[in-house]
Parts: sequence; structure tokens; C-alpha cells
Amino acid sequence: MDFSLSPGAADFRDEVRAFLDAHLTDEIIATMHRTGTFNDKGFNGALADSGLLAGAVPGYGDRDPIELYVLFNELEKAGAPYDGLAVTMLVAGVINAVGTDFQREHVLAKLLTGRFNCCLGYSEPDHGSDVAAITTRAVRDGDQWVINGQKMWTTMAHESDWVILLTRTDPDVPKHKGLTMFLVPMDTPGIEVQPVPTMATERTNATFYDEARIGDEWRLGEVNGGWSVMGVALAFERGVMGGTNPAVPLLRHVRAWAGGAPSPDGGLMIDDPLLRERIARTAIANQVSQLLTLRAAWIAATGGLPGLEGSMAKLYATDRYQQAVGWFQQMAGADGLLDFDTDGAAADGWIDYDARHSPVTTIYGGTTEINRNNVAERHLGLPRAR
Amino acid sequence: MDLALTADQETLREVFADFFASEAGPDRARAAEPSGFDSRSWERLLETGAPGMGLPESAGGGGASLGDLGVVAEELGAAIAPLPLVEHAVAGRLLAATGACSEPVAEGSDIATLALRPARDGICHLVPAGAVARHVVALDGDRLVLSSSGAPGVALGNHGCLPLAHRSIDGATVLLEGPGAHAAFDRALDEWRTLTAAALVGIGRTALDLGVEYAKERHQFGKPIGAFQAVQHLLADLPGLVDGARLLSAKAAWAGDSDLDSSNGVIDPGSNDITDFATLAGMALVFAGEAATTTTDRSLHVHGGYGFAEEYDIQLFYRRARAWALVLDDPARECRRIADLLLATSEDAA
Repeated sequence: MDFSLSPGAADFRDEVRAFLDAHLTDEIIATMHRTGTFNDKGFNGALADSGLLAGAVPGYGDRDPIELYVLFNELEKAGAPYDGLAVTMLVAGVINAVGTDFQREHVLAKLLTGRFNCCLGYSEPDHGSDVAAITTRAVRDGDQWVINGQKMWTTMAHESDWVILLTRTDPDVPKHKGLTMFLVPMDTPGIEVQPVPTMATERTNATFYDEARIGDEWRLGEVNGGWSVMGVALAFERGVMGGTNPAVPLLRHVRAWAGGAPSPDGGLMIDDPLLRERIARTAIANQVSQLLTLRAAWIAATGGLPGLEGSMAKLYATDRYQQAVGWFQQMAGADGLLDFDTDGAAADGWIDYDARHSPVTTIYGGTTEINRNNVAERHLGLPRAR
Repeated sequence: MDLALTADQETLREVFADFFASEAGPDRARAAEPSGFDSRSWERLLETGAPGMGLPESAGGGGASLGDLGVVAEELGAAIAPLPLVEHAVAGRLLAATGACSEPVAEGSDIATLALRPARDGICHLVPAGAVARHVVALDGDRLVLSSSGAPGVALGNHGCLPLAHRSIDGATVLLEGPGAHAAFDRALDEWRTLTAAALVGIGRTALDLGVEYAKERHQFGKPIGAFQAVQHLLADLPGLVDGARLLSAKAAWAGDSDLDSSNGVIDPGSNDITDFATLAGMALVFAGEAATTTTDRSLHVHGGYGFAEEYDIQLFYRRARAWALVLDDPARECRRIADLLLATSEDAA
């Protein structure tokens, strides 16, 4: 095995790092946490203008697919606002895989400029993990479709130009067989976005569809073929496009804090043997998470669809992130409770932030339990349990 | 970047998977308890050339890389073969590096091993393969020494039925002195960590297979217990651990084969960028030890009471998963040593 990046990919990584040094300001990071919108169109546009987005669409173009992994891994490690960008590029990949010429021309080309966003409209108030049971209806009316229903957790809907929307088009067949995916322009009359604040800094949304009317040109994939479009989207989403190295910035922040924080036992926290052990354990978990992600990326780069490998990377990385957050929050003591805006906060408030943020990582993008089901059934060959 | 085995490594994997399965599998490991060594299997192993495959060709060896040896070590672990191949390969490479590798060691007719801890008052404590190795390479103060006092043949009774023994270094030959002695020893110890990690990956792999197989066969409440989600989820975390440990030990081997150290490798935990061999070797052993421990733990649990019974193989894997890693040290202390490496760099990474 060879764990070195190819010269091309290493150059690309250096370009991304140079871009981040030049463009990722403290102000951008502070703004994302103040507004709850982990998306910065100016930043995304600059990234596209620098030529760094060309390889960011899974399955698209002739760039080395490892660049996709490198880009999102570097953005995540740097603590940049990349959530909106990752979803947008994921949708770009889905459009590239199953979209029409019209959709490529009118949407994909725009997404590559970094100045447009997409969001995901899968979950509903009553249907999350059992997403195939969703009830938002799309009913055909001539060359148009009329949509009624409600979506939940539509993060970035307020920033987005399109939503990929999973709808029920046939209620009379088994649930997986009556679904159709659409690429819906967010300025369609009848769509309303309401903010849903969370216990961490990030904002998400509930989205309402009331007689929203779109043309058939916005259908993504076959009528009643929505489940297979979901499959493509999930395989792109899990593992490769960020989300598996959240403990890297955490470790950086903890190290910076511990290097200056007095220990109640005397000396500095960085000299505390238990903290040092936990720093090493976290660094090990970060390496393993990166390698599992890299494997998924490498499978994609060699022509495979790494859904299961992505599930394994997400399962492991999010579990260890939560463990590390728990350790460091406890070891920071009362100072670890203080937030971004408070003087004296351990690690400038990052420990409080990660402790607030980490619970969602084993929920969104497929819960730990759904991922375990996938691995148990499709990798270990155990009987279906549901 | 290439995460696949080479064609030669695929061949190695197949050949040694077959060899260990037929000549040194769990039944032989069971029969070899408590000594932990099957001399007949070792004789057969000599015919494959494995004991000398990791030596440079100039020393009469096969010129195999650490990456190649890791492939073989995983298969050894998957069969829990009662053979001191990892110890012998590492000690042989260290002896070859000092120009002291004899022909019987290169062939394997004389077994060599590495004392993992420096000698204290002329004694090396709990030397792996110390019960069966004629030669022990050890660090004694600032001297790297070779003791050829012969194998005592009697193992100290232990959790993993490893051929452990205390060994005296009275009358040992000095191979190296000063900083060079420490550097050579440290390199060998990191090779031992890397290959032991690979062997632990093998333990985890088979333990997972045994657990999954049992969960499919064992019926309760009218269905296989593997149909229950509680059982499935115990097992579903494990492939990621085993595969992660394989990737990390392979990365350590790659760094070792590429001679990446603190002068030309990277130790930057702030960007999760680590290519230094010593750091990766330590990480690989800690993680593979943990992965093998968790995997055998859960697999044994899935076996219910039978997992606790001597008759079933999983208990053999359970005990070795712990013993093969802990024979070096408490993983927490290993972690603190790794932290010293990670945090030695200046605050530029912070």
C-alpha cells in the first residue's frame, strides 16, 4: 500500500491550504457561529474562482477523485463553513449522475460557480430514519406537478436556490416504489421556510409546500424511481464529503488551551498525564477516521460506490468524536462550560461548542442505528431485523 | 496512493493463509497450550522461507518489506498460529542491520527474539518467545547486546499461553554502543509494534467471523440470534475497527519502509497529518490492541456461555488479543509516550 498523495493531489492539497490561509478569516468563522449558517457564498465563490471546486462534484469531470476527499477534509479540519457547500456539491453529483441535459445546463453549471446552494428535502416531521414512508405528495397535472406537504431538517433552505425533494407520487404501491425525486426551485410560489434553532450554534429549517407547482423538467430521475436516486445521494454523502474529522479542530483547540491553562494540581494542563493520554487517543482516532474515509474515497476513485465503507467511517468517527468531547469537557472543568462570548472560556468556547454540536453527528446523515443496520445486513450478511 | 495489496502480496496472503490454516491453526494453538509453541509447525515454516523473508538479500534473506511481513503477520494472527514469527523476523532484521545475523537465524533453525524492555541487573523480564529462542537481542544500558544462552524451553504460565521467559544476558556479545544502539533498538521495537499490530488485526478478523457465524447458526426464540438487532449492533461496529486497524498498521509499515522519521516525516496532530514511523507504529499497536480486544470481547459475548467454555475457539482468541499487546505495556502508558511524540513539535501546529 502507498499512503502518500500523488504529486497532483499533494499539490492540490497545498493549494487548498494556501487558499484557506488567505481566505478563511476569523471573521468568517465567527459569523458562521453567530448566524448559525454554515455557508458563506463569498467564500464558496472565491473557492470556485480559484479553480478548487472543479473536482468537488462526486463522479464529475476528469479531476483526480481523491481531490474531493482532500478538499472537504481540509475544509473540515480548518473549521471552515463547509456544510452548505458539501450538500450543494453532493446534489451536483446527483444531477450529474441521473439528471437531464436541461438540469445540467440550468443547475449543475451554476452550482460549480460556488454562488448557488442546494439543500436536502428528505425527512419529514413524522418520518426520519424510515424515510421511505414520507407523505409529501406530488400530483401530476399535465406537464406540471403540484406539491403539498412539509419537510423537516432542511438545513440551508434559507440559503438555497434549489431543494432536492423526495415526494410520494404513488400511495398505492409498496412504500419504496411510489417515490419520486424533484429538483425544486426555492423561489416557487407556495414554499415557506421557517427557522428551527438548535442547541448548538447551527440553524436548520422546517419547509412547507402549499400547492407548489413546478414543471416536469424539474423531475430528477424516473417517476416512482426516487428511491434509487436516494441511493446515489446517500452513497455520495456518507463518509467522503466531510463529517469524519470533527475531532481534528477540537484537538487543535484543546492543545492550544492546555498549553496555557493552569492545572488545579499545579503546572499546566498540557502536563497532566491523563490529558496527554487522551490527546494521544484522540489523535489515534483521528488517524483511523481519516484512513477509513480515505478508503471510501479511494474506492470511489477506482470506480466503486463506497456506501458501506462510508457507513463504517461515519459510525466510527462520530462515536469517537463524542467520546473525545466528553473527556475534554470534563477535564476543562467549569471553564469548559463557558461559551464563545465569555472571557475565560476554556479553548475560547470551543469545548462548549463541540459539546453542544457533537450529539447531532450520530443522528444526521443517517443515524448510528441505521448505519449499523446497513453494516449488519449488507456487510456481515445477518438477517434483516425490521 | 494505493490502498490495495500488490499482486505479490496477494500471493503471499493466499500462501500463508493456507499454510497457517493447515499447519498452525487454532487446533494447533490449543494443542500447544500452555507452552505456546509448536515445534513441528515451526519446522514446516522453515520450508517456506518465512523466518528469513524479511532479511535483506545480502544477509541471505528474501528482501521482504515491513508491508509484506505485515500481510503474513495478519494471517498468522487470523490463525493464532503458535509460532514466534514476528519476534524472529524483527530480531533477525536487527541482527542483520548490525552485521550479526548468522545463517541458522536467517534460516530459522535458530530462533531469535527481541527483549521488549531493557535489561535490569542482567535480566530481561518477560521476553516474548523467550522460552523458545536461542538468541535474545536486548538493550543493556547504552549497549545493544546479543545473548545466545539457549532456550530454556519452559514458559511462564500466562493469560495468552505465550512462550514467555525471563532471560539472563550474562556473557552476551555487544553489538552496538551509544546512541546508535538506542536508535537500532528503537527501530526494531517499532517494527515489533507494527507487525504485532498486524497480527492483532488478524485476531480481530477471525474473532468477528466466528461471532457472525455463530449468530447465524444459533437459534433462540425461533430465529437465529443474528436476526436480533441488539446482537447485530454489537457486531456492526466491529468491521470498522478491524479495517481501521489494518489501514493504520499498513500505514505504519509504509512509513517504516519509506524510512520516515522525525527529520523527514510529518507529526502534525493539528492537521491530522502523521507520517512519522515511530508515531504511527505506536498508534497502530494501541489501536489494533483495542480493536482486537473489543472484537474478541463482543464475539465471545455473542457466543453466550459457550464462548466461556474451553471447547470453543473464541476464548483462545480472546486471551491472545489481550496478551499479544499487553506483553509490551499498558496502552495508557503507550499513549503517553505517543503524546510525547505528538506534542514535541513547537506550537506551530496548535
